[in-house]
Amino acid sequence: MDEISAGFIRAIQLIVTLDPQVVEITARSLSISLTSVFIASLIDIPIGGIIQFHNFRGKRALINLIQTFYSLPTVTVGLLVFLLLSRSGPLGSLGLLFSPEGMIIGQTILITPIMLGLTISALGGVSVQIKETAMSLGATDLQVIFTILKEAKAAVIAAILLGFGRALSEVGVAMMIGGNIRGYTRVLTTAISLETSMGDLELSMALGIILISISLAVNLLLNRIQGR
Amino acid sequence: MALIEIKGLYKSFGKSEILNDINLDMEEGKVMALIGPTGSGKTTLLRHIDTLDQPTRGSIFFHGEDICRLSSKEKFLVRRRMAMVFQKPVMFNRSVYENVSYGLKVRSKENSRDDVLHTLDEVGLTGYESRSATTLSGGEMQRIALARAMVIKPEVLLLDEPTANLDQKSASAIDDLIERLAHGGTTVIIASHNMTECRRLANRFAILVNGKITRTGRPNDIQLDRGQYIGFLESIDPSDKT
Repeated sequence: MDEISAGFIRAIQLIVTLDPQVVEITARSLSISLTSVFIASLIDIPIGGIIQFHNFRGKRALINLIQTFYSLPTVTVGLLVFLLLSRSGPLGSLGLLFSPEGMIIGQTILITPIMLGLTISALGGVSVQIKETAMSLGATDLQVIFTILKEAKAAVIAAILLGFGRALSEVGVAMMIGGNIRGYTRVLTTAISLETSMGDLELSMALGIILISISLAVNLLLNRIQGR
Repeated sequence: MALIEIKGLYKSFGKSEILNDINLDMEEGKVMALIGPTGSGKTTLLRHIDTLDQPTRGSIFFHGEDICRLSSKEKFLVRRRMAMVFQKPVMFNRSVYENVSYGLKVRSKENSRDDVLHTLDEVGLTGYESRSATTLSGGEMQRIALARAMVIKPEVLLLDEPTANLDQKSASAIDDLIERLAHGGTTVIIASHNMTECRRLANRFAILVNGKITRTGRPNDIQLDRGQYIGFLESIDPSDKT
């Protein structure tokens, strides 16, 4: 118990004094996860719009499949991306394995199902009458889609924040694709895993507190948006 | 030539026939009332004129062009010349000003603040521009919906039960607005089950029962044939017996 209390106090000291190692790992984590979420938003929101606003054979099955992938194990995505990026893989020549760029690709793939599925749900939650009102007032197809997106803004932002939370807290892709290289691909989750196994509980706890604090901030933001 | 000509229009959903051989002419600058009980096909007919629905067969000619045979891009151009106010209008989750200016904004008419404020004044909602549209009362929303349609100055204004579920005062205000629009030369098509309102506003009427037009004529004709239609009137508007 004493060890935990002492570790906790030391962890707070590391955070308050802005320990360079803690700051560096946190900044890298945020940078990789935010980039992944940005790219995933650019891909998933328009595709979500296309799926929601067009009727085609197998649409229901496709949505079910996307929802099934919400809980896609991170190590499975890690393995898939590893096979793609490894030297003998189809994208091996790009040299992205064990790089932050490779981790971004992995995290983007990991969070795509949840962001895509929640975007479809968010757009589906907007009344059909909003669409028809916009159409009858002379909006183009694109303007209609933007109008609906604006109406579903809170739910779409919620999808983005949930995607960010999943990207930031995952460990499988970060470990398998990043390789946990110090000063290059080491992020919060992989650092916690490593430092704990090496017995440096203070640093692990400091990083853990930061990770929980970011999750808490995201959650509070989510509640605030949904409460509007 | 009539502005809108409907010829042999049918609409079915599965085995249910919503519109059955509709033939109707609507003249430019006039007010046409589609009268009928709930479920008679009035809304469906308005939606077809606004190209929101595709008929099972038949044609609707607008300025002599069959709008049922147009591509979606061409239909969009037709829709830009019309505006429809739905029975239960929904507000965009924005301010009253943004709601009313929506049709102008999508047409890239950005410098139209005066038009929006003038239209808000016309519907009696001066000073409402910064209020959230979704928090307004039913009557106020109905007036905003009308303002939203009026501000784009459509050639054809389609109104689906514009005064249903409104109190007498709000209904009367809406009727006054429609009357002014009609005097301004806008072609107005009103779907309603309120015979008194239609008699006051319309130049012509068509009675729709079970998807079929059973009679067309002028408002006075309704009065002349009152005995013949009294059962129908009672079924759709019990208060209208005088």
